Amino acid sequence: MKDRLLDFHGPRGWTALAVLAFFGLVVVPALNRLLPAASGLHIPDYLIPLLGKFVCYAIVALALDLVWGYGGILSLGHGVFFALGGYAMGMYLMRAIGTQGVYRSSLPDFMVFLNWKALPWYWHGFESFPFAAVMVLAVPGALAWVFGFFAFRSRIRGVYFSIITQAMTYAMMLLFFRNETGFGGNNGLTDFKQLLGFTLSEPSTKLGLYVASVVALLLSYAVCRLVVTSRTGRVVRAVRDAEQKVMFTGYDPVRYKQFIWVVSAMLCGLAGALYVPQVGIINPSEMAPANSIEMAIWVAVGGRGTLVGAILGAVLVNWGKTWFTVAFPEAWLFVLGALFIAVTLFMPDGVVGLFTTGRPRQLLARLPVLRAGLPRPAPAPEPLPETSEDVSR
Amino acid sequence: MLIRTARRVARWLPLALLLILPALVSAASPAVPPEVAQAVRKLGSDDRDTILVGVDKLGELSDAAALPALEALMNGNLRTLPDGRVVIADDDKGIVTDALTGAQQSAKGLQLNEPIINNRVRRELEPVMAQLRLGAANPEVRLAAARNLAAQPDPDQAPRIRAALAKETVPEIRSLLTVALARLDLQSSDARTRLTAVQELRDSGRVDVKADLENLIATLPNGAPGEPDPEVRAAAVAGIKSIDHRQAWISAAGNFIYGLSLGSVLLLAALGLAITFGLMGVINMAHGEMLMLGAYATYVVQGLFQTYLPGAFDWYLLASLPAAFIVCAVAGIVLERGVIRFLYGRPLETLLATWGISLILIQSVRMVFGAQNVSVANPSWLSGGYRLLPGLVLPYNRMGIVVLMIVTVTGVWLLLQHTRLGLHVRAVTQNRPIAAGMGIRTNLVDMWTFALGSGVAGLGGVALSQIGNVGPELGQSYIVDSFMVVVLGGVGKVVGAVIGAIGLGVVSKFIEPFSDAVIAKIVVLTFIILFIQKRPQGLFALKGRTAET
Repeated sequence: MKDRLLDFHGPRGWTALAVLAFFGLVVVPALNRLLPAASGLHIPDYLIPLLGKFVCYAIVALALDLVWGYGGILSLGHGVFFALGGYAMGMYLMRAIGTQGVYRSSLPDFMVFLNWKALPWYWHGFESFPFAAVMVLAVPGALAWVFGFFAFRSRIRGVYFSIITQAMTYAMMLLFFRNETGFGGNNGLTDFKQLLGFTLSEPSTKLGLYVASVVALLLSYAVCRLVVTSRTGRVVRAVRDAEQKVMFTGYDPVRYKQFIWVVSAMLCGLAGALYVPQVGIINPSEMAPANSIEMAIWVAVGGRGTLVGAILGAVLVNWGKTWFTVAFPEAWLFVLGALFIAVTLFMPDGVVGLFTTGRPRQLLARLPVLRAGLPRPAPAPEPLPETSEDVSR
Repeated sequence: MLIRTARRVARWLPLALLLILPALVSAASPAVPPEVAQAVRKLGSDDRDTILVGVDKLGELSDAAALPALEALMNGNLRTLPDGRVVIADDDKGIVTDALTGAQQSAKGLQLNEPIINNRVRRELEPVMAQLRLGAANPEVRLAAARNLAAQPDPDQAPRIRAALAKETVPEIRSLLTVALARLDLQSSDARTRLTAVQELRDSGRVDVKADLENLIATLPNGAPGEPDPEVRAAAVAGIKSIDHRQAWISAAGNFIYGLSLGSVLLLAALGLAITFGLMGVINMAHGEMLMLGAYATYVVQGLFQTYLPGAFDWYLLASLPAAFIVCAVAGIVLERGVIRFLYGRPLETLLATWGISLILIQSVRMVFGAQNVSVANPSWLSGGYRLLPGLVLPYNRMGIVVLMIVTVTGVWLLLQHTRLGLHVRAVTQNRPIAAGMGIRTNLVDMWTFALGSGVAGLGGVALSQIGNVGPELGQSYIVDSFMVVVLGGVGKVVGAVIGAIGLGVVSKFIEPFSDAVIAKIVVLTFIILFIQKRPQGLFALKGRTAET
């Protein structure tokens, strides 16, 4: 037991984790609740949902790091899993409004507006929180399973896989934009009133949601850490580095990829479900391809294949985004674009890499100006999704 | 230089003559017969009865020369000068035009008297105008009149339509007049006449007469059939069937043509992507922004022509083709030299870095040109369309895109197959290390290919500017589709991109009528995901050992 715990993290890791958990679960709520509003350290109520939002993004980044950092699978469609989890939660919240909507009908407002007479079949069951909670994980998981089944089985990988995931999220976005799909079309689901009987506009509910998000983040971290330190995790990393060798050693890479892919999608669903009650709306623009690509940069900024880096990156980038879009709204896209370029060119290991491998000299060696003079290593093009066996088939 | 100018003049001379010709003809029109002139003078009278006499007389004489005067009377622009001459006033320009000779003079200082008409006069005017229009020398005027009659045939006009039909030679006008008569004949009490009318309607090949035929087989409120004669009813049923058949055919042809033009746009967008992806194995997420830059280059060239060469404005589009190509090719070179070449062997990072570039490009364009869409006008030679069949118009701008696509693809194909650069591109695509070993400077090949691919996307941007809005997000909406073309067609092969793009375009347009555009898109995307299960390398895989690592 003790060995497994130390596999999970060294003593330093455990300490860092405990400090983070203490900060997130005790310090922030205390600064919000116990300090007087006049105090400099007081965290005002409006900041709590914002922090909660960052925490949800951090869960997404963790999920993405699991598949990209450890599995070598860059998904440009994780936004769809996030949004599906959010929609599942949103459907529960819509049903929880009851007859308090604008039209005083038991149907959600947008259905009354569209002149629908009855709930579509797939809305049934969402009046129950446990059912919705299961769906939050089951729906993204099922979509990921089906998608992964088709994609991994035919050995789609690398850039091809990324593009196909982008097409998936794009198609889903178009689907959800339609009113006929039954999820509120353009406007999505909004005007939520209460969650499990708690009024969403109450500061205490917001704090509760924030704490729930932090707990979910810690749990997600534990799940990811468990996966990557397990035997399965080692095979996954081997698949990332040399898929053919893994295959010839007798493992089936498809099963391992499929596993982390589904786990990752379910974590995203969880993040989406926590995100929606805190921001108060879910609409199809969450599935826009641009959003999903932005998620990749959170992971890249923090450092791939480190898990901690993903959390760090998500918080840093989103903090920056919040600050920039208020202070210099015009400049934000420049900053984001420059971030994409700079991180890929100069900091392939992200912020975490600066601490673990980033002695300044090594960082300098990565500058292209210096490297361009050196003989370039023969580029290894990304394997196209067919291998020799397929040709002979 | 002089010779070239002369040659250019010689080339455009026929066109210029063609444009001037109608003016010459109208100036040289024969003198108006005195009875007509007299009747036209009556139109300018203060007394409505006199006006009516004039209108009736003009209907009797049936001379199209009186048409401008009648139209002006209808629109309230007719004026009388103190000397009894009748003129048409243009209050905006402050000039008057003689109603018969067309001579113009300034309205300043003239004492103009306006005849006042009432609804009785208007009722009399309508049929006379329609009749004169049918007799007009200009086929356009006759066509418009015939179209009105076919849509709303007036029983009083039947004899005049018959007379006009006997003289008419233009097939399209004849067909319209026949339809007008046949629709009137449907009201006839004689079953044989009705039967002939039904057959004529069927043979007209027009789909808009279907409602008339449907009325015949419909049941009246009192339970009786709309058409008492069973033979006529049977003919109507057969006619409806034939029209339905024709309609299906026309809509299929329309779908094909629109699909072809959509496919051409997709191809221009995806061709460069397919080549560079095949060559370097990297995906350029900023490729869509090359489309956007091309469209904005068109916008800038348009602006330059407006300011400095307003006379040659119609030809700005031709000038914008090389401009867009060069702008985008240079952007491509900067992109490749500045970022992508440092990321070889790391395709996923390339994807992210180029996405960053696309964000920067979008925001830069937004800051320079504004976030609003800018408008790029069709030059006059790309406006309008060619009526292939009744109900099927080929817009010139879409046909222009198809032509541009054919020229571009041919050019790229020739470049790849018959030039030294093309040979090198194909060699590097097949096997980079060995090509390098044979002495090919692969990094230069990469650079020039990137320039070519981006330039072609720039041409795609010119095409897009002609069919839709030009805005900073223009490229974003095409990027997913272009990738799908590459996935479908396979990489590094021109023919794959061609089949993939045209196929996608046509298939989407054929699905659209059954659902809507969004569902069509989702169906196509799903299809592609399933398709690559069977053929992961696309339709046209590169042969050999290139696909292996």
